Amino acid sequence: MEGNLKLKVENLDFYYGSFHALKKINMPIYEKKVTAVIGPSGCGKSTLLRCFNRMHDLYPGTRYEGAIYLYPDGINIVGKGIDPLYIRMRIGMVFQKPNPFPKSIFENVAYGLRIKGINNSKVLAERVEKALKDAALWEEVKDRLNENAYSLSGGQQQRLCIARAIAVEPEVLLFDEPTSALDPISTARIEDLIVELKDKVTIVIVTHNMQQAARISDYTAFMYLGELIEFGPTEKIFTNPDKKLTEDYITGRFG
Amino acid sequence: MDYKRKERIFEWASIIALVFVLIFLFSIALKLFIDGLHRIFDLSFYTSYPSRFPEKAGILSALVGTLYVMAGAIFWSIILGVPAGIYLEEFGGKGKVARIIEANITNLSAVPSIIYGLLALGIFVYRFKFGESILTAGLTLGLLMLPVIVVATRESLRRIPRAIREGAYALGATNYELVFHHLLPYSIGGILTGVIIAVSRAIGETAPLLTIGALTFIAFLPPPPWEDLIGMLKSPFTVLPIQIFNWVSRPQEAFHKNAAAGGFVLLVVCLLLNSLSYYIRYKVRKKYQW
Repeated sequence: MEGNLKLKVENLDFYYGSFHALKKINMPIYEKKVTAVIGPSGCGKSTLLRCFNRMHDLYPGTRYEGAIYLYPDGINIVGKGIDPLYIRMRIGMVFQKPNPFPKSIFENVAYGLRIKGINNSKVLAERVEKALKDAALWEEVKDRLNENAYSLSGGQQQRLCIARAIAVEPEVLLFDEPTSALDPISTARIEDLIVELKDKVTIVIVTHNMQQAARISDYTAFMYLGELIEFGPTEKIFTNPDKKLTEDYITGRFG
Repeated sequence: MDYKRKERIFEWASIIALVFVLIFLFSIALKLFIDGLHRIFDLSFYTSYPSRFPEKAGILSALVGTLYVMAGAIFWSIILGVPAGIYLEEFGGKGKVARIIEANITNLSAVPSIIYGLLALGIFVYRFKFGESILTAGLTLGLLMLPVIVVATRESLRRIPRAIREGAYALGATNYELVFHHLLPYSIGGILTGVIIAVSRAIGETAPLLTIGALTFIAFLPPPPWEDLIGMLKSPFTVLPIQIFNWVSRPQEAFHKNAAAGGFVLLVVCLLLNSLSYYIRYKVRKKYQW
């Protein structure tokens, strides 16, 4: 079931100051598949995810070594000459806690388009509607687009953040434990949504919920202490992992 | 002694202290009001220039002077203080130098205002030759307000969750877009509150303005800024606290009544400004919450 490569992590090292947070990571991310990254707290899974859109650049003392190639053009995301803004326009992100802007529902979704220079109100209205439909939120908010985003429930806010991210039609969408702050019903809706979205976009999701990884992902990466222990099709990782450490974690013997 | 009794004693001590403070403040306001009563409700008090005759003297030039000087002070302190606060909080890094600058800015707000007056006399009046003018006074009080504005800007920025910043950056926003589309709109309430608090402090300042040469007898108004901005800025000036100071230092009892009335007007202006800042804070807090 292997498809085209969308991203390729090659010998990636990452440092917070002198702390070596990611060690020689090598893994592929396949196009229009869901790749889950699992592992115990502090294993570096969120750190890895935030390398993909150069989020670490916002904080001083961080350093990348190695490469993450973004296809089809094969540019190195963490390369010196690459503008992180350009990367972030192509690779979107949804965060652990819903973080809508304290603006209207419409403006939240339109924001990414506006900073790309799209200001035609007809185009904006169409794209916002499409994004909200794709994020399975349109029916709930279509009559209240001008209300503040914070009037929505937590689960709705998170779907709004997904709509905001997909409105700019990114090639890759990163999810950083997107359901850890949500109730089980909202979680189920977000999971369904992620599975639907993979027809359009490549997805990488970090989760500490192993059942979630098993339910929605096509590939799973298991990380431990800053290293990638094992990568493979989700079914194999969860039923017949190659490494003892992976098996111990999956079966709940530690973590 | 059982703890309930201790608590009751503490409670009563606190209440007595509070009552004492309130009586003190209220009696000042009341004294000013009673002493100045017949001038406070005398319309000509607000439309007359200073005069040798106490019952003909008014606060028109002082009121207008205060208005122009404070407008200048607000202008300078905002255009310098808000960007400085944004830079320090968002982009200035968190190193040793930043901490030293931070401590110094906080200390600046404790520097006696007469020092600002001396600084302004040396720089604005003599070095830049701005003269004893509204421009100099505005710059001086602007400097005085600056640390408060910088600190208020930083504190209201600090209340914006990091997740909001990351959300904007993750969509490809630049620093400029982050500041103008998000940080400024969300923090404007806190910044304005800081501005108003700084204004209500600076509006009563006398010492630095005396130092730079505020006049006490001004029987004309500066040209209105929409007709002659430069002329307005270069015009000599007086302000309310200086007018009050002048009246108090005269021997005639009638001038003291004018001073009381002027003091009451100043008090009302401060009270209104503070109420405005509470109102803005309440409004913005309702609009931007996370």
